[in-house]
Amino acid sequence: MASEPQGGLTEYIQHHLHHYTVSLGDGDFMKIHVDSLVVSFVLGALFCLWFWLKARKATSGVPSKGQAFVEIIVEFVDTQVKDTFHGDRRTVTPLALSIFMWVVFLNTMDLLPLDAPGWGVKAVAGAEVAHHTFFRWVPTADINTTMGLALAVFFIVLAHGMKAKGVGGFGWELITAPFHADNVAVKIILMPFNLALNVIEYLSKPVSLAMRLFGNMYGGELVFMLIAGLFAGWISFLPGVLFNSVWAIFHILIILLQAFIFMMLTIVYIATAREHH
Amino acid sequence: MDINLTFLGQMVSFAILVWFTTKFIWPQLNHAIEERQKKVADGLAAAEKARAELKDADAKVAVEIKQARAQANEIIERAQSQANQIVDKARAEAVTEATRLKAAAAEEIVSMQQRAREELRGWVGRLAVQGAEKIVQREVDASAHKAMLDQLVAEI
Repeated sequence: MASEPQGGLTEYIQHHLHHYTVSLGDGDFMKIHVDSLVVSFVLGALFCLWFWLKARKATSGVPSKGQAFVEIIVEFVDTQVKDTFHGDRRTVTPLALSIFMWVVFLNTMDLLPLDAPGWGVKAVAGAEVAHHTFFRWVPTADINTTMGLALAVFFIVLAHGMKAKGVGGFGWELITAPFHADNVAVKIILMPFNLALNVIEYLSKPVSLAMRLFGNMYGGELVFMLIAGLFAGWISFLPGVLFNSVWAIFHILIILLQAFIFMMLTIVYIATAREHH
Repeated sequence: MDINLTFLGQMVSFAILVWFTTKFIWPQLNHAIEERQKKVADGLAAAEKARAELKDADAKVAVEIKQARAQANEIIERAQSQANQIVDKARAEAVTEATRLKAAAAEEIVSMQQRAREELRGWVGRLAVQGAEKIVQREVDASAHKAMLDQLVAEI
């Protein structure tokens, strides 16, 4: 790689941007990113197991350190929900907690060494297999993962809106808000505009959610890959280590912040959907 | 996928990240955790203390009630004994009085006896004189025989 640094880096990055893909049929759509799915599932299960174990052993007395940590997280999320969403929090707080913790877990994969899966494959199956194996283990740097999360949130938000206002009330609001009119004729004229505005507004929510998280994590991953290019030569090796560490430390902030933003926006969307115009 | 120095660099960086987290991030988290533990422990301790204080107060109240009851009993007892004393004293006084009255009555009886005897003597003297007069059919000079008569009366 040192002999052809530019080409080597391009190839390196391109290789690392490939997902472990399985085609289920013809066309670009009928594919599955196995790496994103597996890592997401494992981390989600890990989160559930962790919190379940702590909840099972929870005591009302002095908490153990593990319980206190879980309590701090839960209390933090619940406080955020309480401040933003004024209503029955019994389903909203668990949702926010799940989103926050899951996204934190998925994002944290970014901190682990980029080439660790490849190294593992090489150690087990040899360099040739490793060369043809693709494994990206940051699920949130995959637009499919973030879009899936955002769409799930989108449907939950719609459900909250319909539950709070009724299906009819929700539909009525789609065509009568935000532009109000007292005159029946003007009302009818305004309907298509209201509907268009609402559709755009509703659709922009999951798109912005998904794109924000994806963009941040993808960008972060790309920076790690570019820094990895510095490891190609001995002169740039030490600066590479330095940059990699600094970026990783800074990335802790991004990881938590993005998870927090995703959670907060979900709560805000639910709260807005429940509001009457 | 070529595995080379890149991975080594990433490993070193990761080690630095782990060190940084252990050194600067974990202590903060640990501090928050310990603070929470302390808060809960303090709260529980305060509740325990309050419970103990309540128990103490209860015990104190019980002791005080017991004391008050004992005091009341004592007062009742004292009153009773005082009443007994008063009754005893009254009885003693009554007995003394009765004795005194009885003695006075006895004295009076004696003096009345004496008086009656003296009266009787006088009567007997006169009767004797009258009897003698009748016997001698003449008037006896009472004063001439007074000495004899007095002697007679005294003999009765």
